[in-house]
Amino acid sequence: MATTPNAATPADLAWSPRALLRRLRGADEIAHLITFIAAATLLLITVLLVYQLWVLSAEARTKFGWHFFVTRTWDPVAGQFGALPFIYGTLVTSAVALVLAVPLGVGGAIFLAELAPPGLSSSLTFVSDLLAAVPSVIYGLLGVFLLVPVMRTTIQPFLKRTLGFLPLFQGPAYGIGFLTAGIVLAIMIVPFVLSVSREVLLAVPRDQREAALALGATKWESTWKVVVPAARIGIFGSVFLALARALGETMAVTMVIGNNPRISPSLFSPGYSIAAVLANEFSEATGNLYLSALIELGLVLFLLTFVLNGLARLLIVITTARGSGVLPT
Amino acid sequence: MSARLIWRKTLNATMLSLTGVCVLITVSVLFFILGYLVYNGGKDLSWNFFTRLPAPVGESGGGMANAIVGSLKLLLLAALFGVPIGLLGGVYLAEFGGRTIPFLVRYTADLLNGVPSIVIGIFAYALVVMPMHHFSTLAGGVALAIMVIPTVLRNTESFLRAVPSALREGSFALGANKWKMIATVVLPAASRGILTGVLLALARVAGETAPLLFTAFGNRYWSPGWLQPTSSLPVIIYTYATGPYEDWHRQAWAAGLVLLALVLVTNILVRTFLSRGTSYERS
Repeated sequence: MATTPNAATPADLAWSPRALLRRLRGADEIAHLITFIAAATLLLITVLLVYQLWVLSAEARTKFGWHFFVTRTWDPVAGQFGALPFIYGTLVTSAVALVLAVPLGVGGAIFLAELAPPGLSSSLTFVSDLLAAVPSVIYGLLGVFLLVPVMRTTIQPFLKRTLGFLPLFQGPAYGIGFLTAGIVLAIMIVPFVLSVSREVLLAVPRDQREAALALGATKWESTWKVVVPAARIGIFGSVFLALARALGETMAVTMVIGNNPRISPSLFSPGYSIAAVLANEFSEATGNLYLSALIELGLVLFLLTFVLNGLARLLIVITTARGSGVLPT
Repeated sequence: MSARLIWRKTLNATMLSLTGVCVLITVSVLFFILGYLVYNGGKDLSWNFFTRLPAPVGESGGGMANAIVGSLKLLLLAALFGVPIGLLGGVYLAEFGGRTIPFLVRYTADLLNGVPSIVIGIFAYALVVMPMHHFSTLAGGVALAIMVIPTVLRNTESFLRAVPSALREGSFALGANKWKMIATVVLPAASRGILTGVLLALARVAGETAPLLFTAFGNRYWSPGWLQPTSSLPVIIYTYATGPYEDWHRQAWAAGLVLLALVLVTNILVRTFLSRGTSYERS
């Protein structure tokens, strides 16, 4: 009772400037709080995402344990769930994609960073960025109606004739399958390899190129023996980034891979990938075990891309920072 | 010239022209896709396509009015949920944050950005569809919003950081407090860049199919309100392209053309007109 009037008096005395100032500082606190809540929401979403995947896959995890990853049967009717065919399909298609996309992307990046005049380089990069913006279902559409027939009638018979002694290129040519999915994926990830590698190459200091040229190296020698090795870690980073994309890519793969949980050494064989089985079976899954097995597949996919993305960003940060002179070499 | 030198010069010319070929192949893919879609989809685009509902299964004709409206509704929800969180979060990172929390948020945003869209779909399913026990526009909108947030947040942060500190100091010197400085000086200065990021993020999720498959699902009719399953352009392209009917395939091409045009036009306009410098640079 006695304190209230006492405390009010000094505030009343200095009421105009100081109280106003305090109230304004209060507004700053409110702005701070509101923006902090927004930033924290992002953290909350991510934590919740991991938590949900973990909790909802509990049934499958306890029932199958590590056997989930080495079992080949996927039989929803009998309640048998093994992830091996899907993991195999995901890895094989991504590997095919990398084999095709990395030379193309890195080669293109060398042209854009080292040879092309700046104007041409930036407009070509613009086109490549647009390519990265094309929705994946569009790639799938072209894959189904354009690439699959060409694969069946031309490319696969040709590979069989020339490289048919390898187990990779044997078996009937269906058109759909690992190889076709890998090619579509390759087309989709080239823009990522290209634009990230280009940036990494551009971050290599000019002196290094000039020093190599002054020693009598040709343009190609200075690029291949000096600039590319200097940017090597960052280029690996761009490859990991592209790999993470390829692993998680859903629609285009689902439309051309054949959707058949099979493990075959032949790239012509129809297969299945983790993302594709989720797209096809998730909304029709009946029973908790079935759903939780699918969610465990989602968890596997999440962890794979999580590790790869983390690694990629680390590598890119290391090289671009070093190139721009922030870190000592 | 010695043989060695000739070899080096040939290698130089060959490898350098090969790198040019690499770029040519990559870039020509875009024009090829565009040309093929215009050729295949253009002839089936008609007024009906934009105004009619899909015809009963197996019959030809009909349109995709419900899918177009569905996509717009999903985008509206994504913008409504995603943009404010991304924007305010970006302001926090650039203007308020200390060291640890911004680092954590930035890292998490990059992580979330790299999560495959189908996994985001599972998350939205667990978050919205499971408690409600049915598919809905709302669930699809939440899935897309989760994909919008990290992009907008990181982009906003980087454009706010690009605003010169002289502008901040000037407004402090005039007696503004921090929130007033941010709201009236820094945000307007970075507004073009921020808008670019928002539009590009929305253009990206406009083409997303995977997260909608088991959140917004699909619908052959209009979807009233926000709590019913809804059709959307990307999902209907997938359904029609993998379906058995010739007429569906033709409509899938037409829908593909509409979607691609939408995404590319947004990208080109935004990248050429908006992102060319920020407004404070012109003065």
